[in-house]
Amino acid sequence: MEEQSIPIGMLLQKAAKIRAHILEMVAEAKSGHPGGSLSAVEILVSLFFYKMRHDPKRPDWPDRDRFVLSKGHAAPVLFSTLAEAGYLPTSELKTLRKINSRLQGHPDHRVPGVEFPGGSLGIGLSAAIGMALAGKVDKKDYRVYALLGDGELDEGETWEAAMAAPKFKLDNLTAIVDRNGIQQDGLTEQIMPMEPVGYKWKAFNWHVLEVDGFDFRQVIDALEKAESMRNRPTVIIAHTVKGKGVSFMEWDPAYHGKAPDKDTVRKLVKTMLEE
Amino acid sequence: MLVQLASMRDAYAEVLLELGEEDSRVVVVGADTSVSIKTSLFGDRYPERFFNVGIAEANMMGIAAGLALAGKIPFVTTYAAFVPGKCLDQIRNAIAYPNLNVKIVSSHGGLTVGPDGASHQTIEDVAAMRAVPRMHVIVPADAPSTRSLVAQACRTLGPFYIRLSRPSVPTIYSASKDVEVGKAKILKEGSDIGIIACGIMVNEAMEAAEALSKMGVSAEIVDSHTVKPLDSETIIRVAKKTGALVTAEEQNIIGGLGGAVAEAVTESYPVRVSRIGVRDTFGESGEHKELMVKYGLTPKEITRAAKHLVDSR
Repeated sequence: MEEQSIPIGMLLQKAAKIRAHILEMVAEAKSGHPGGSLSAVEILVSLFFYKMRHDPKRPDWPDRDRFVLSKGHAAPVLFSTLAEAGYLPTSELKTLRKINSRLQGHPDHRVPGVEFPGGSLGIGLSAAIGMALAGKVDKKDYRVYALLGDGELDEGETWEAAMAAPKFKLDNLTAIVDRNGIQQDGLTEQIMPMEPVGYKWKAFNWHVLEVDGFDFRQVIDALEKAESMRNRPTVIIAHTVKGKGVSFMEWDPAYHGKAPDKDTVRKLVKTMLEE
Repeated sequence: MLVQLASMRDAYAEVLLELGEEDSRVVVVGADTSVSIKTSLFGDRYPERFFNVGIAEANMMGIAAGLALAGKIPFVTTYAAFVPGKCLDQIRNAIAYPNLNVKIVSSHGGLTVGPDGASHQTIEDVAAMRAVPRMHVIVPADAPSTRSLVAQACRTLGPFYIRLSRPSVPTIYSASKDVEVGKAKILKEGSDIGIIACGIMVNEAMEAAEALSKMGVSAEIVDSHTVKPLDSETIIRVAKKTGALVTAEEQNIIGGLGGAVAEAVTESYPVRVSRIGVRDTFGESGEHKELMVKYGLTPKEITRAAKHLVDSR
């Protein structure tokens, strides 16, 4: 039933456009983090174009659902998604990382729709807990979503936060781990092995779900399950691929923080949007 | 003379209850030190607005940021040994950078924690917090001014760091309405030397003024409870009037009130500044009075520094 109502065609189109924006904006900026942006596209599209209650005309609406990008280096995917959703003009995306632009290298409150300045890793889940606690105090039914990088799980604060959310029974909180397997220096399992990731969260008393992070049906189904869970926060481990959609970037740690050149991007975008 | 002692912690805990009553946005976040600092009293009265996150200061700051982003006024409290030490990154990136309405109140600042030793004696916090853009830094001198400054911080938008000391201290202000955030308070007029102090050193400065007066030196005493934004106007005026300044604080002499005052006068009216504080060294275990003597945080040291400046003119 639920599955039939998911507008897969529209979501796929949004995802293609957002991937194109990401490549174009980092190429224009000549720097930025395309890899971890491309891996999170379907997650953000599922949230902003299907699951979340939000209104681009009222970014301060007190009852809105909140999205915290803890892995702030994935700024390109957030800005592109916000632009596609109507929070800012898509023409502004090319100002990313440039002087006097609202689009900082790591997102901040200059841009409407950005809920939290996630530049330094490890803080976003804590901030999401604060928002979720405030929602409970105010008896509001908004939900809070936090997107974490898998490399970010190295940060100790993540686990301080992981311990705290179940204590406060934050069933209005959903964490999503972009499990793309790569951090700046290389493969996560070589830099700092973190498997079994799901079991770690389970041991911290979270409701744990694992999905293919590029499959809209799986992602959305998990988001719905998280919402119906009572008294416990949910973490969705979304298995993804860094650099998804660009063959030479996939699984290459070099594209964590490197921009492809404009010519290459032009060709890539053409094929992407034709598909 | 009968000296009345009162605890800044008690004053803080009491004013928190009042603020909680008058503004339902006030929430308190603690890290396993709530009983000691008495913020647990707030938790007893308003359990739904009190969050103990355990021994996890970084998470505490991040949670406070989230609470503020959702419209709350979080008071975040633990020992100064851990705030900002264990969470400067969270304070900088998640609180100060987005200019959030978070009030960080640390207790047990400075050397006077006493027997716990150097690991718990915070002498860098004022300097560290001063260097963070948008942060207000307040070091109250006694219980009544603590009450007032905390209440004002609650009503002023933006991030605050308020640093309290552990010992009960002599009461200087009879009425808490005498202090105003951002405005240095002249406690005693004088003409030969200006003594700019904050925190528990304000009382020591007042005692030094008496000793100096017996030597025929007239000292002007200023409580610069707001270290940032510094009331440079008042400080420059005192510099012009007296021609030399002594600063006194329970902090490293580097980067705290002494640093702030020196920066202010150097830019617009250079006079000699002698800094009383911990001389860039770590503390040790001992009773608080013993530590004050050993590390030079006494009326005697202030007097000596002041006399030297006056004599060498």
